[in-house]
Amino acid sequence: MRVTCTVNGSPAAADDVWEGESLLFVLRERLSLPGSKNACEQGECGSCTVYLDGVVVCACLVAAGQAQGRDIRTVEGVGDCGTLGTVQQAFLDAGAVQCGFCTPGLIVAADDLLRRVPRPADAEIREALAGNLCRCTGYEKILDAVRLAASQRPGGVTDGGAG
Amino acid sequence: MEFFRPATWADALAIKAEQPGARAIAGGTDVMVEINFDRSRPEALLDLTGVPDLAEWSADGPVIRLGAGVPYTRVIGELGGRLPGLAMASRTVGSPQIRNRGTVGGNLGSASPAGDAHPPLLADDTVVEAASVRGTRDIPIRDFYTGVKRSALAPDELIAAVRVPVADGPQQFSKVGVRNAMVIAVSSFAIALHPERGQVGTGFGSAAPTPRPAAAAEEFLAAELADRGLWDSHGPLASSAVQRFGELVAEAAAPIDDVRGTAAYRRHSLAVMARRTLTWAWRSYREEQQRCA
Amino acid sequence: MTTVPGTPAPTAPADLATVRGDTGVGASVLRPDGTLKVTGEFAFSSDLWMADMLWGATLRSPHPRARIRSMDIAGALKLPGIAAVLSADDVPGRKTFGLEAADQPVLADSQIRYQGEPLLIIAADHPETARRAAAAVTVDYEVLTPVTSAEAALLPGAEPVHPGGNLVRHVRIRRGDPQAPADIMVPGCYQVGMQDQAFLGPESGLAVPAEDGGIELYVATQWLHVDQAQIAVSLGMPEDKVRLVLAGVGGAFGAREDLSMQIHACLLALHTGRPVKMVYSREESFFGHVHRHPATLYYEHGITADGRLVSVTARVYLDGGAYMSSSPAVVANAATLGAGPYEVPNVAIDVYAAYTNNPPCGAMRGFGAVQAAFAYESQMDQCARRAGLDPVEFRIRNAMSQGSVMPTGQVIDSAAPVAELLRRVRDAPMPAPPRPAGAAGPDLRELPGGVSNTTHGEGVVRGVGYGVGIKNVGFSEGFDDYSTARVRLGVVAGEPAVTVHTAAAEVGQGLVTVQAQIARTELGVDRVVIHPADTAVGSAGSSSASRQTYVTGGAVQAACAAVRAVVFGLAARRFGVPPGDLSLAGGKVVSQAAGVLCELEALLGSEVIEETVTWRHRPTYPLDPETGQGNAHVQYAFAAHRAVVDVDTELGLVKVVELASAQDVGKAMNPLALAGQIHGGTAQGLGLALMEEIQVSGGVVRNPSFTDYLIPTILDMPPMKLDILELADPHAPYGLRGAGEPPTISSTPAIVAAIRAATGRPLTRVPVRPDDIVLALPARGDDPPEPPADLSPASSCALWAAGRG
Repeated sequence: MRVTCTVNGSPAAADDVWEGESLLFVLRERLSLPGSKNACEQGECGSCTVYLDGVVVCACLVAAGQAQGRDIRTVEGVGDCGTLGTVQQAFLDAGAVQCGFCTPGLIVAADDLLRRVPRPADAEIREALAGNLCRCTGYEKILDAVRLAASQRPGGVTDGGAG
Repeated sequence: MEFFRPATWADALAIKAEQPGARAIAGGTDVMVEINFDRSRPEALLDLTGVPDLAEWSADGPVIRLGAGVPYTRVIGELGGRLPGLAMASRTVGSPQIRNRGTVGGNLGSASPAGDAHPPLLADDTVVEAASVRGTRDIPIRDFYTGVKRSALAPDELIAAVRVPVADGPQQFSKVGVRNAMVIAVSSFAIALHPERGQVGTGFGSAAPTPRPAAAAEEFLAAELADRGLWDSHGPLASSAVQRFGELVAEAAAPIDDVRGTAAYRRHSLAVMARRTLTWAWRSYREEQQRCA
Repeated sequence: MTTVPGTPAPTAPADLATVRGDTGVGASVLRPDGTLKVTGEFAFSSDLWMADMLWGATLRSPHPRARIRSMDIAGALKLPGIAAVLSADDVPGRKTFGLEAADQPVLADSQIRYQGEPLLIIAADHPETARRAAAAVTVDYEVLTPVTSAEAALLPGAEPVHPGGNLVRHVRIRRGDPQAPADIMVPGCYQVGMQDQAFLGPESGLAVPAEDGGIELYVATQWLHVDQAQIAVSLGMPEDKVRLVLAGVGGAFGAREDLSMQIHACLLALHTGRPVKMVYSREESFFGHVHRHPATLYYEHGITADGRLVSVTARVYLDGGAYMSSSPAVVANAATLGAGPYEVPNVAIDVYAAYTNNPPCGAMRGFGAVQAAFAYESQMDQCARRAGLDPVEFRIRNAMSQGSVMPTGQVIDSAAPVAELLRRVRDAPMPAPPRPAGAAGPDLRELPGGVSNTTHGEGVVRGVGYGVGIKNVGFSEGFDDYSTARVRLGVVAGEPAVTVHTAAAEVGQGLVTVQAQIARTELGVDRVVIHPADTAVGSAGSSSASRQTYVTGGAVQAACAAVRAVVFGLAARRFGVPPGDLSLAGGKVVSQAAGVLCELEALLGSEVIEETVTWRHRPTYPLDPETGQGNAHVQYAFAAHRAVVDVDTELGLVKVVELASAQDVGKAMNPLALAGQIHGGTAQGLGLALMEEIQVSGGVVRNPSFTDYLIPTILDMPPMKLDILELADPHAPYGLRGAGEPPTISSTPAIVAAIRAATGRPLTRVPVRPDDIVLALPARGDDPPEPPADLSPASSCALWAAGRG
């Protein structure tokens, strides 16, 4: 089947999609957007977190056909015209990146948290990111990164992008 | 595999009638795992996310009609005051990403004994609206679960909504998992006090082939509260009664040993959760009275 | 409507250029690959794509032990879109592979020895086509009863898993008089479950047929050259025809030391003449790599009444599973480190690994040492209790230090601040006490069970526990452990620029960052580029054993020194100064006597200086087969943890409140990256303590998914305090000490000790299950079990403990 949708602000289409494919597979293998990661394909790890009509979801659990006509924003679209977004820069600066496989999903999930809660307490950060597994960092630097990003965002004003 | 994306409820029911093997999919949190892991290859997927009505809820007097496609995130954010037990359970579902997609309707459709929504639905006398081209019928929640991952839905039926009474008393939900987040229930328990009717509702999960109420525990506690006039006096509950309630909940279970826990632990944990949630609920009931006094 | 074409993702990683500034050794330099990783542009091995590529898939045995009577692949070949179905018959070279012995079939031909063993490989136009083809294959198995107990496998008459019997290796260590009289004998028996590395990036890669008839493989691995050697021999090709490039690695932790899809993808690509991509699903990943060895450990310590260790006797069984992998090295570590970081004059340690029909086990962070530490640290708490001493005080009284002698006779010849590490974690400020039950507005996220709302404080008891561990760094027992670095200095765009080329695998630990830091420090040049790791340069050895910063760091340092010597020669000739008077700083050649002589770019002009150096650490030596004596290890590393836990004693649920750690790293090469290693290692130790176990029953894995193999979430990890010591090891580059593994070793026993402190339960098995806390045998009272008469291998740990408990 053919699936058309908007990805990172641009129209996109994929042909010959098998009906059992996930949005994740379509993004990675058909739309040249492998930033969203394939760590578990059962919604347990959050590595494939994307915005679907402004709401964060696991792309592995969205059937390709369910993305028809919808607006999708991936980690590739979180930055700001070639420069790193606040959350991306904070992950880099805080040392929250090691192997980096969980990073795209965490960037999107943290971006979503800060859009909803500009100054999250630690417990809120932990609850919001509980669906994103990381095997390298023990999460300490990830907390640092989200705190850093929160401190750098002007009062939670959204800076464009998904939503 | 075919893929159907009806835009109206009537179209969805027509497709389901014509092709009962079409697998309904909403949040995809169960169906897509099965497909990704090559556990099943349904002949067709019937995507219900294009049917706007399903994603709505409405208040009909003392009852909330919750569309089958309302995600958990909205249950938590919009119904926490009216359906506190269901909202507490919803908060324990998976992760934010899963709660943004997963639905009560999907939980019922899968009918897994471990589904988090089932215990509070059981405790609150929920009615499931099952629809087909033949019409819509109400299935009382206690008649809905018929076996492991099996329900009273006919092959041509889809779940339209659940009707859940607005809480008329304190409700609690508790779930045991080996991890502090993102965990499937080793066992779970819900309690709802219904002071106006003088009844007690319960439900437990992951401790029998289906989600179940603990009927004997409900009857025991309702009698205890009535006999001692506690509904009216708002007096303290005897610790022996709390203890007995826990025992009766545990006795209602028919658990098994599996990778997530042992049968013995499941029984034990149900008793503990039943005692604790009753204690919290009764404390709320008493505090409510003190505030009103 | 715009159709986005399937433009190929890059198959070759780009050079990594680092940021500039004060970014030498010792600075918290940011990762050079960090920007690509936060934007999603970093090419992991599963991200690779080529226009005409096929998808590879593997058909695996559902049975742990079987004979294959026949296979019928006709149904699979008939499916449209199938390009190849290959079996053992299609392996042109050696039909087996393996790290230490080639005992594992590339594809099973007649015998199945573990569940998930590959039988057939398939290439197809789509992953679903390949799955349907796999489902269309019929295999006639003669199902056999699996061998599932490592202890039973070593008994006389046990069914052999391999023709040579079931003993993989036995290491025997004897020192002093193990029968020496002691005032108190303290026995114990412990078990460690099968842990999985659970890296997030699944096994994957892309094999591309080359014009010269060879193959290029882009793959996530820990050691390119040992992969290359094994692949080449199975393909029947010379090694120079098998060229590997490291693709982005999504974590490793030991699980990428053994081959997974490498030979398979190459076979399919060579057979079809097309690029072949293979990506394991999470479920397949659980069958696609080795795991941490489950262990049963019988210990007995003899102590004096005033709390001195007199003797230790230990017998340890490691379940190696179906194939050898790195089991021999795991045995050696468990044996040589089995007494822990303590001075014990009299030692008898026997460690065995056995073949079974369970999943193959091999390398995982801290291997051998992790299993032993859970046992010896549990024993230290028991010993302290019996001696009437505080657990930290008991440990300090017996702690080893520089100059101490290991059970192998090896003298520790650099810092071993075990007592100091313990004091530091003991004296770290304690976290705030738990809120009392029923306190107003409990934040569920701070309580055991979290938002699952299992307690509002009821039943919650706080406990504090300690653990300290020892780990060898680098490869041991006489292994020729080396790394190769090629460093090139030239002028690029008017500036001096350095390129560092090694085959060392960046697996997330930050090696690319450290390599660039070393080059900057050694050559005084800001602009440093790390060339992609590949087999076009000599071996760097494995990214394992906490060795890569030490060994490849040493190689980069040495190669830079060689380049520097050439530069000094040039400058000496040009300026007529002695080379010994020169240094490099800020891109300039500086003379001690005359100050700045010139800019490097002026000195070099168009000249490019390139030096390739193979660097080795000090030699190690084999263990004596009878006594286990020998200088087997090159360096030892130590870490300590204090765990503070809140336990729901009625439900058996645990919330770790805080972990404080102290570790000596010799030199903090990059403090930011170092902290990440300690945090992450600690988290994996927490996982082993509380939740992580591959559950195997009758040789069958019961939980091959992230739904039921649980790893810690951000709500499971507590805040962590770090205390870093930098006591230089004079034998190591920059004085550094390997740092990646020690935190994984000591966090597990510390957490379990804290739960014991809160509950009084014996908790002799990890991971601790809620059942162990609330349903197990009654809490152990003051009467300890009797000393074992013979430490018989026939008795299971549970029976042994039950009989004596």
